[in-house]
Amino acid sequence: MYAFVSGPLVWIAFVVFVGGIVYQYVTMVRAAKKDKVYPYMSAEYGLRSIAHWIIPFASKNMRMRYETTIVTFAFHLCLVLVPIFLTAHVAMVSLAWGPKWATFSDRTAEMMTIAVILAGVFFLVRRWMLPEVRYVTYASDYLLLAIAVAPFVTGFIAHRQWFDYETMVVIHMISGAVMLMAIPFTRLSHMLFFPFTRAYMGSEFGAVRHARDW
Amino acid sequence: MGFAAMKLPALPITADPGLDENVKDLNPELIAEVINRVIDRETAARFQVYLNTCVHCGLCSDACHWFLSNDRDPRFSPVGKVKQTLWEMMRRRGKVEPEFIKECSRIAQTECNVCRRCSMYCPFGIDIAYLLLTVRRICHELGIVPQFLQDTVNSHAVTLNQMWVKQDEWIDTLQWQEEEARSEVTTAAIPLDKEGAEVFYSVIAPEPKILAQLIGNIAQIMAVAKVDWTMPSLDGWDNSNMAMYSGDFEIMGRVERAHHEAAFRLKAQRIVMGECGHAFRGAVYDGPKWLGWTEPPVPVIHAVDFYHELITSGRIKIARKFDEPVTIQDPCNIVRGRGLGAKLREIVHATCSDVRLPEPGFEHNYCCGAGGGTINCGPPWKTSRVKGNSVKAEQLAATKAHIIITPCHNCHSGIEDIISGYKLGMHVKFFSEILMQTMEIPDDLRAD
Repeated sequence: MYAFVSGPLVWIAFVVFVGGIVYQYVTMVRAAKKDKVYPYMSAEYGLRSIAHWIIPFASKNMRMRYETTIVTFAFHLCLVLVPIFLTAHVAMVSLAWGPKWATFSDRTAEMMTIAVILAGVFFLVRRWMLPEVRYVTYASDYLLLAIAVAPFVTGFIAHRQWFDYETMVVIHMISGAVMLMAIPFTRLSHMLFFPFTRAYMGSEFGAVRHARDW
Repeated sequence: MGFAAMKLPALPITADPGLDENVKDLNPELIAEVINRVIDRETAARFQVYLNTCVHCGLCSDACHWFLSNDRDPRFSPVGKVKQTLWEMMRRRGKVEPEFIKECSRIAQTECNVCRRCSMYCPFGIDIAYLLLTVRRICHELGIVPQFLQDTVNSHAVTLNQMWVKQDEWIDTLQWQEEEARSEVTTAAIPLDKEGAEVFYSVIAPEPKILAQLIGNIAQIMAVAKVDWTMPSLDGWDNSNMAMYSGDFEIMGRVERAHHEAAFRLKAQRIVMGECGHAFRGAVYDGPKWLGWTEPPVPVIHAVDFYHELITSGRIKIARKFDEPVTIQDPCNIVRGRGLGAKLREIVHATCSDVRLPEPGFEHNYCCGAGGGTINCGPPWKTSRVKGNSVKAEQLAATKAHIIITPCHNCHSGIEDIISGYKLGMHVKFFSEILMQTMEIPDDLRAD
């Protein structure tokens, strides 16, 4: 089981992940032509808008909802950085293919993992407690949150060797593969599309309407 | 749905024959055919990506005056409105009941002003207004449009103006206002169909119908500023466009084409339009995009921009300042829609001595609640519309001004309704009315 999960499953997950991304982008680019998006896109104003929404507190709503801003930035940063710079992951890549790169200390990685988990709890509570969020929440929203946080929960447990290590590590790797494969085909794809929707709105507000969209 | 539906109080039911009677002709199969046709043929990347990228975070809610004013009722948040309309349509692949389409029309047409404030609050910049405009398109294609709004669209289709104004009435009104203007400024004139003029001036149909004095005002202003201008005697004089808001894009395109072609035929250098927001939006954005132009063929200038030019260039001099405390309304379609907030403040400061600016302002201003075609849905929907904008009343009251300068017809009427609905004791004025009271009429032009 371990051999499958740390070998072929990794390949499958990455092929689906990368292939899915390519498929989504090609579909989007074709559809964007039909939608007459290109005449209005502007690199300057698109980037200006992206900048105002990727820097914490640079937009009004980020300042209004400052607690959500802090949590969501911490969540996303740690979510992306931990898998890439974790010693255990880099070690596995290095053993399998050779390349290696800088890693976080165990302590740092643990803190970041806990940040992701606590952020996940925040998002969960937010879905329950705010009526305007609860109203638009479906089972799928809880499932997606679980899919995103599961690799971190199981990774943390495995690292701490709390239950049977072999089992936990296998569950961890499966959960990681599931998350990767889910990204192009679920709402987790916001990671792929956000730069484009933001750039388009920035272009429309900035280049066409001479206004600011933050 | 996943989990138990939230318990929310029932909303008052509004009767509107455009919805109630017309749904009787529908059935789920026909509805599915139309929905799928609109989505397949008329939408593409934006529609799909917006719906799939929204992570249901609800951060758009705080943008919307409907949500804030209805005690944060989630049914009025932007994402809540999309949930009640498009999510359900997509889930059922278009096969929804006629009663559902009625609700879609109510939500998209009367409970959203497509003001675009939500796109400034959504972290992804999702164009929620565009999504609801697509719902309006679907409802229009099914013949479901609030009655009063559809009447204005019918008028556009038949007369190319919004208010069933006949051509002789149009010319009569212009001649009458020219006389009125001459009684103040001797050189005031409204040249009809002049070729090659510097300015082609267009108005919305309600002006000749119920606000004719504004035409007289502009005749005086043009005379004092010595502007070489004209107005058309034929169709194309009306720059308003209710079809844009009802989802009747074909008529919208026809009306915009007539307007632009009238200016083009007269070889005007530019089009200046009166104080209206949606007219500007139609002439500069929605119309050209539908007609396949990236820009309007004749440059279009909004009144605020034009007054700014007249005042800063000195063509109009200010003789005295308006001294009652004023505040301003940043109309969605010219501030979020054209960035004219700074120029608006400059001309108000130039003509008024006691200016109390609203908070939030500029692009973050709250919509007046009347735009996007909602006030044009008529009296049946007025109660809901006024209830849906208590934040506007609070915002205006906080300025402690007496007068609200509203450089937009919809804002003017909508805020009038809010003033009376919330008993604010304030008054609305167009900027041209302020200019009339403050501009200097040179002695040699003044009629005595």
